[in-house]
Amino acid sequence: MSILINKDTKVICQGITGGAGTFHTRGCRDYGTQMVGGVTPGKGGQDVDGIPVFDTVQDAVDATGANATMIFVPAPFTADAILEAVDAGIETIAAITEGVPVLDMVRVYEVLQGSGSTLIGPNCPGLITPGECKIGIMPGYIHTPGTVGIMSRSGTLTYEAVWQTSNVGLGQSTCVGLGGDPIVGTSFIDLFKLYEADAGTEAIMMIGEIGGTAEEEAAAYVAEHVSKPVAAFIAGRTAPPGKRMGHAGAIISGGKGTAVEKVKALEAAGIEVAESPADMGAALQRAIAKHSG
Amino acid sequence: MKIHEFQAKQLFADAGVAVLENRVATTPEDAAKAFDELGSAIAVVKAQIHAGGRGKGTTKENPDQHGVQLVRSAEEAREVAQQLLGKTLVTIQTGEEGKVVNQVLVEQGCDIARELYLGIVLDRASKMPVLMCSTEGGMEIEKVAEETPEPIFKEHFDPHFGLQGYQVRKLCSKLGIVGASVRSADRFMRTLCRLYVNLDCSLAEINPLVVTGAGELIALDAKISFDSNAMYRQKAVAEYRDLSEEEPTEIRAGEAGLSYIKLEGNIACLVNGAGLAMATMDIIKLHGGEPANFLDVGGGADKSQVTEAFRILLSDPNVKAVLVNIFGGIARCSTIAEAIVAASKEVGFEVPLVVRLEGTEVEEGRRILEESDVEIITATDLTDAATKVCAAIGA
Repeated sequence: MSILINKDTKVICQGITGGAGTFHTRGCRDYGTQMVGGVTPGKGGQDVDGIPVFDTVQDAVDATGANATMIFVPAPFTADAILEAVDAGIETIAAITEGVPVLDMVRVYEVLQGSGSTLIGPNCPGLITPGECKIGIMPGYIHTPGTVGIMSRSGTLTYEAVWQTSNVGLGQSTCVGLGGDPIVGTSFIDLFKLYEADAGTEAIMMIGEIGGTAEEEAAAYVAEHVSKPVAAFIAGRTAPPGKRMGHAGAIISGGKGTAVEKVKALEAAGIEVAESPADMGAALQRAIAKHSG
Repeated sequence: MKIHEFQAKQLFADAGVAVLENRVATTPEDAAKAFDELGSAIAVVKAQIHAGGRGKGTTKENPDQHGVQLVRSAEEAREVAQQLLGKTLVTIQTGEEGKVVNQVLVEQGCDIARELYLGIVLDRASKMPVLMCSTEGGMEIEKVAEETPEPIFKEHFDPHFGLQGYQVRKLCSKLGIVGASVRSADRFMRTLCRLYVNLDCSLAEINPLVVTGAGELIALDAKISFDSNAMYRQKAVAEYRDLSEEEPTEIRAGEAGLSYIKLEGNIACLVNGAGLAMATMDIIKLHGGEPANFLDVGGGADKSQVTEAFRILLSDPNVKAVLVNIFGGIARCSTIAEAIVAASKEVGFEVPLVVRLEGTEVEEGRRILEESDVEIITATDLTDAATKVCAAIGA
């Protein structure tokens, strides 16, 4: 069991003929993902390694029955690409592209509400259900099928968490990179709902970072609605205020969004917080032990 | 991206947001001339730097000279400009090193009846821009939020439709803006919200926003910053970037496609991914060390970019050790290893170098390092890396 994607998910790539699009389409196909098509306006009728290219997402959906997409188009066109996918009824949209203007995302977010689509990202590594389906840029081989749901605002820190959970003998149900931007399509809370309802997920690891209040909101939600063991880590305890730490969303401004506040909120919700990034796997084990004890 | 107050006021004036008559001066003579041109009995000379707290801040050269000063004659404007231009202003936001004042703004005086606060930011929780107002103008808004019972009034607005008239009326009612001033507030607030959207701002703050004796709303100060991701479609705004306000190494890193922020410590770190880079800084601190920087080389970095990253790190004289922490995803460990070897040949590592590699092409990366003659302290995981780098400098 898993959330959002599984072995039956049919995936297209928007921007398939670009360098990154082609490279990662191959990577996902080689992992075992059903890559059924791609979209590049004006290049319909061509193919990439035998994977058919279409002019529009609607054409791709009509021809292949695709229900998921990964987006690699350049940032100025990403909002348009997401809206096209929503319009074509794609269920799971992973926008990998970095650098999307935030006001574009305000508009996209409004359209997403009430649609049947789930947007992961933008500025994210994508999502993976180990052994079944990989949509994105993460190295597939570090993942192990298992029962831990991992979600994160950061890409490589997710890999670190995956690695550590694999090393302590726990595999992953589905790992989701939410993205590092101020507005992303899916929040921690959205995924807590899915993980809580998923029979294949037995514990949840949440990796946050400084900036915004998404972690605090998630903590409040967990306290009320999540019965499964939860562990967390917050990156950026040592980050100075007013400096954007790479991600557009990772900035402490006006005294808000500090790691200290976030850790306090998480601990108050009974979540096991890893003090050190090296301690994520162990924190998860502690959360599981506490839960069963 | 940040801009100066005088640039923000130019954008305001262009858009129809009320500001006072002003001139920019880069010499004391220009400041005197500006005073005469403005033709008012009093004027204000304001140092232009990318930091707040200028009124309370003082120059390093003269602890009695504040960054904002009222003047009553052309001669006085010249003297104040003389005391500010080319001098280093230290405010609560600049840090001890302060910032050099390259230009001053000379602005008309004004008859102030009330001082309010107004700011527009993106509300990440509701995923919409929000206009915030308070009756406590002139104070730092964070302090208002924490220390005074005065509420902050908020109205969210859709970027497409803009702030609506009823929202202005609601705010006016709460702020005690009445009579003819409501019309002035309507024009001011709605125009500013439109500017925020049209120019892809990430912050627009007016503190104080004044109501004059005649009941007009005027932006006495102006602070705007912009969404860097949107600068490709804001070419005119991008021209306002002032490189002299930025850390030279950060500019250099930006040109190489690296995300770098200089910090105060002595352990340089080179990491792929923003989250992992922050986490690496955190674990250094947990083990008693101090990070010298934040550096995300990104996923697609090639050998020359990573080599440039090492040059930047090693150019910081505070650096006593380097920690490389790579979890290869798109980034390949072999690329990083090649860059380490290249950087060693070119710039040389005179400080201890701790390397932790994991992920894509890790075997190849380790082999490259082993076969080179670069002196490396190898670490197996995060904790090991942090322990070793801190031990290397005796922290």
